[in-house]
Amino acid sequence: MDLLLPKFNYILYVVLMMTGLWGMIAKPNLIKKIIGMAIFQTSLILFFISTSVKRGATIPILEHHSEPESHAHVVSVGDQLGDAVHSVATVAQHAVDPAHYMNPLPHVLMLTAIVVGVGTLGVALALAQLVYKQYGTLEEEDIISQIEADASQEDES
Amino acid sequence: MTTVYEPLLLVIVLIPVLALIPIVITRRNPNLRESWSLLAAAATIVLVLSLVPRVLESKLLVMPLFECAPGIELAFRVDGLGMLFAIVATVLWFVTTIYSVGYMRSLKEHGQTRYFCFFALAITSTLGVAFSGNLLTLYLFYELLSLSTYPLVTHHQDEEARVAGRKYLIYIVGTSIGLVLPAMMIIYRQTGSLDFTGLGILAGQAPTGMLGVVFLMMVFGFAKSGLMPVHRWLPGAMVAPTPVSALLHAVAVVKVGVFCVIRVVTEVFGVELTAALSFGDVRPVTIVRCVAAFTIVVSSVIALQQDGLKKRLAYSTIGQLSYIILGATLLTPLALTGSVMHIGMHAFGKITLFFCAGAIYVAVGKKNISEMVGIGRRMPLTMICFFVGSLSVIGLPPTGGILSKMYLVRGTLDAGTYAFLLVYLFSSLLNCAYFFPIVYKAFFCTDEERQWDGPVQEPPRWCIVPPVITAVLTVLLFVFPDIFLGLADVYARSVQ
Amino acid sequence: MNHEWVMQSGWISQLPALVVIIPFFMAFIVALVGWSHEDRAIFLTEIGLLLSFLASIGCLFVVVEHGPVSYRMAGWAPPMGIEYRVDFLNALVLVVITSCSLISVFFSKAIVQRDFRTRKEHFYTLYLLLVTGLLGITITHDAFNLYVLVEISALTSYALIAMGRGRAAFSAFQYVMIGTIGACFYLIGVGYLYVKTGTLNMSDLQLLIADLHDSRAIKSAFVFIMLGTWIKMGLFPLHGWLPNAYSDAKDSASCLIAPLMTKVSVYIMLRLMLTVFTPSYVFSNAIAGELVLALAVVAIVVGSLKALKQTSLKRMLTYIIVAEVGYMVGGAWTATASGLTGVMYHIISDAAMTLCMFMAVAVISFKRGRDTFDVLPGLYKRMPLTMAAFTVGAFSLIGIPPTCGFFSKWYLLSGAIDAHAWHYMAALIFSSLVNAVLFFRIIEKAFIEPVHAAGAEATVIEMDEAPLRMTLPLVFVAISLIAIGVCTNYIVRAVIQYAIPEGVG
Repeated sequence: MDLLLPKFNYILYVVLMMTGLWGMIAKPNLIKKIIGMAIFQTSLILFFISTSVKRGATIPILEHHSEPESHAHVVSVGDQLGDAVHSVATVAQHAVDPAHYMNPLPHVLMLTAIVVGVGTLGVALALAQLVYKQYGTLEEEDIISQIEADASQEDES
Repeated sequence: MTTVYEPLLLVIVLIPVLALIPIVITRRNPNLRESWSLLAAAATIVLVLSLVPRVLESKLLVMPLFECAPGIELAFRVDGLGMLFAIVATVLWFVTTIYSVGYMRSLKEHGQTRYFCFFALAITSTLGVAFSGNLLTLYLFYELLSLSTYPLVTHHQDEEARVAGRKYLIYIVGTSIGLVLPAMMIIYRQTGSLDFTGLGILAGQAPTGMLGVVFLMMVFGFAKSGLMPVHRWLPGAMVAPTPVSALLHAVAVVKVGVFCVIRVVTEVFGVELTAALSFGDVRPVTIVRCVAAFTIVVSSVIALQQDGLKKRLAYSTIGQLSYIILGATLLTPLALTGSVMHIGMHAFGKITLFFCAGAIYVAVGKKNISEMVGIGRRMPLTMICFFVGSLSVIGLPPTGGILSKMYLVRGTLDAGTYAFLLVYLFSSLLNCAYFFPIVYKAFFCTDEERQWDGPVQEPPRWCIVPPVITAVLTVLLFVFPDIFLGLADVYARSVQ
Repeated sequence: MNHEWVMQSGWISQLPALVVIIPFFMAFIVALVGWSHEDRAIFLTEIGLLLSFLASIGCLFVVVEHGPVSYRMAGWAPPMGIEYRVDFLNALVLVVITSCSLISVFFSKAIVQRDFRTRKEHFYTLYLLLVTGLLGITITHDAFNLYVLVEISALTSYALIAMGRGRAAFSAFQYVMIGTIGACFYLIGVGYLYVKTGTLNMSDLQLLIADLHDSRAIKSAFVFIMLGTWIKMGLFPLHGWLPNAYSDAKDSASCLIAPLMTKVSVYIMLRLMLTVFTPSYVFSNAIAGELVLALAVVAIVVGSLKALKQTSLKRMLTYIIVAEVGYMVGGAWTATASGLTGVMYHIISDAAMTLCMFMAVAVISFKRGRDTFDVLPGLYKRMPLTMAAFTVGAFSLIGIPPTCGFFSKWYLLSGAIDAHAWHYMAALIFSSLVNAVLFFRIIEKAFIEPVHAAGAEATVIEMDEAPLRMTLPLVFVAISLIAIGVCTNYIVRAVIQYAIPEGVG
């Protein structure tokens, strides 16, 4: 438990991801597949965001322009995993202690990912609607059997 | 051996393919269209012959084209073997074009423009093979030849042609991609070169079992050589119009096959390595010899049973091709000289026979031997040509065939392989057995048997002149064999 | 070749951005203008792609002359900003994408005209966005940016495929599902990389990963990224979606999607293998390498065999694509210089071959109404130019010299022999033979089989060729197959050999 508890957010992300994946692959209903997809994508967002969280850190907006200079040129990330830390870039002239702030980059990335996710969701829903109009059902098996019936009709004619 | 840069090689190879343009443009005017083919053939003959003296002086003519990928080049190179083959191909192209005109028009075949186009393309490929300076160039033109002859084999576009065409592709393209290509790649990765040399590309390599396998892949991969069991395409391909059978399946295609085998033995593996290869107790070269000997005997026996004249000729060709392969794998200079000469000698004899078969078909519409009893009275000239041709293939004077066969026989003595001597001699006997009855029955038969009677009615002029020309050439080759003998000799000396 | 040339000023320095930006903005212009003047959409699309093509050619020349070019988006230096970088690995891929899309849009005008009576600008907008996405994927040097662009190209291709006929909507839906899984796997991998290294710039990643070879997080990142790209490219057994999606799309769309999508995915795989993870890391695990190679072998064999069973041309080609993906994955995992050269060369040659074949099939179904085998008889008489191009494409897929297909096979086979991967070599040869059977069966039908009018004798066939606007690009592509083959030496010497990282055997 000691091993798992501090990393519960990652476990949650894996559980969500698996749930989503299972929904996408195993569920016969197209809408349920789409829901699975949404869960899958959201789990990723959760993962990215939780990597940037630090205990006691605040949102990455500069409030003070002069802080004591320590680790001035280091943005540390992923210290929850306790892995290697690497100097990525200098944080400009303002001597800011990055340890006090959350890493903004994952948030920015996830903003983009959310947009992408919404786009995918929209396309998927539109396609589901198109499929429904065409076949009158959203159940995968029914659709496939209809497609096969069409194909055999074509072969006869 | 000195090397001379010779741009003419490229010109020679390109002439037939360039002739395509005027052929297609003048497709509405058959006379003009065919004259382009004749002109191109004449031009190649002149150019090829102009190179002969230098090759006879043991000079190596080269024409590197360009590097198509790092380390692999397209290059032309002519030695005795390539020159001899080029002479045969161009001279017979000219004669066959004349014959094609007569044959195709008499039978009112369709798609004649297509026919002449692919014919020219096939000749370009054949010359490309003859002049190829490395294995890649050889492979390129070999494949090109397979593909350009496919529309010729399936010219009639009917069910029979479809079956034959399918067989043709399965055997020829299948083996070249399935066996030759990987073998070539392995050789390239092992040595880093594909350029033919007198010593052999692989000379100096250890005779490993893998190289033995590669050797067999190469020899059987060039399935145009008609070695059993990859010979089955050849009888099938006889559905093609007779000029195609004549040039491509007695001369260009099949000879390209044996040409490649000779190159593989002498210039890819080299005589020394070929002799050294072994899988423990069995030597790959022995396997090839035995298969060739088997092919010689069995194909002759099969030929005996064929009633279709072209089919019988086809099986006879299979046997004769294995003469060449057996000669090449005996690995003695005399046998090699013999097999190189046999490429030329057999070509002239066999094409005469095919021309005659086609001439009979054009004149009286018969394809089977059983329907030709007494035909000598109707078509004496044709049957005399046929007789001369068969003499050459059997190897009797006064035709060129005897010379190459003599060298082959002496080669077996040199190599001390008396079993193969017997094979050559026994097969000659079989050759007599399947050719002489045709000629005999054509002229001498009882009145009850006689199916044909006078008056003399030879086929159209365009169909009878070519066999006469080739028959005369066959005899002349007996009297003046110097060119072929010289070229074969130059080659045999260059690879030892 | 680590020498790098960052151009400081001049319009030439903007080329890498222009390649991507031009089709991107042109997409909006087309959408706006097309709204009122529908017929100008194609013209504007062509202009946009032509300019992008010229820019990509420019990039190629600069790279050949001066080495890799780096471009900083909005002037932000990497690793903070997004870097675009054109080097020896992607310069040619850029040209392939722009030229294929240009030819294909020029070619498909009549098909689009028929397929979309109205709202053609929608098609062209999506088309341009798809090209933008593909170009962006190729040029970007930022791992996350790559994800976004993958999704852009995926979203547009979903839409383009869904516009197709019959069950296209359902096929597209399946593609959405599987495509999203692929992209998300990739994103997970990138997330792990980011967590471990704190950077997204590929060169930076390369430097940092060098010290982290033992990390399990890096290993899982690698596995996720590879799985993602394999799903995207349809490597067996992740290929189920591909044949349906590609063959149900309209011909106008599949002429773009089929040649480029899988090839760009292969490029992503190569880029990450070579630049981010580096060969020494990727090929360090021999067992994994064996497994992937075995997977590639199975992909080749299964793809070829499945292709044999098909009775429609386009569907047959899609299974050939599955096999070709196996070629490329296998070639990359032979872990040899020749194998990698083969993959890079095959990206070019396979794009050209696939384009040629899909265009030829599009012409056939445009003129004959379908692409099933029963339209074949008499086709050599009816459409000689189309069939000539088709034949050249077929020869290239079989691997007959001097077409480019032969030379890619040459390098891939060399790689197989160098790596002693005999099963991979056998699979390549097997696939060549199957392709020969496939195409000669078609050629035989088209050349020999008589045409029967209903109940009547064989009829006289009139020539009935497609308009020049279709046949000319087709013939051009067919000739370029031979040209690429003949120029192999130049392509490999000037470009590809520098793209092979040092230390690959």
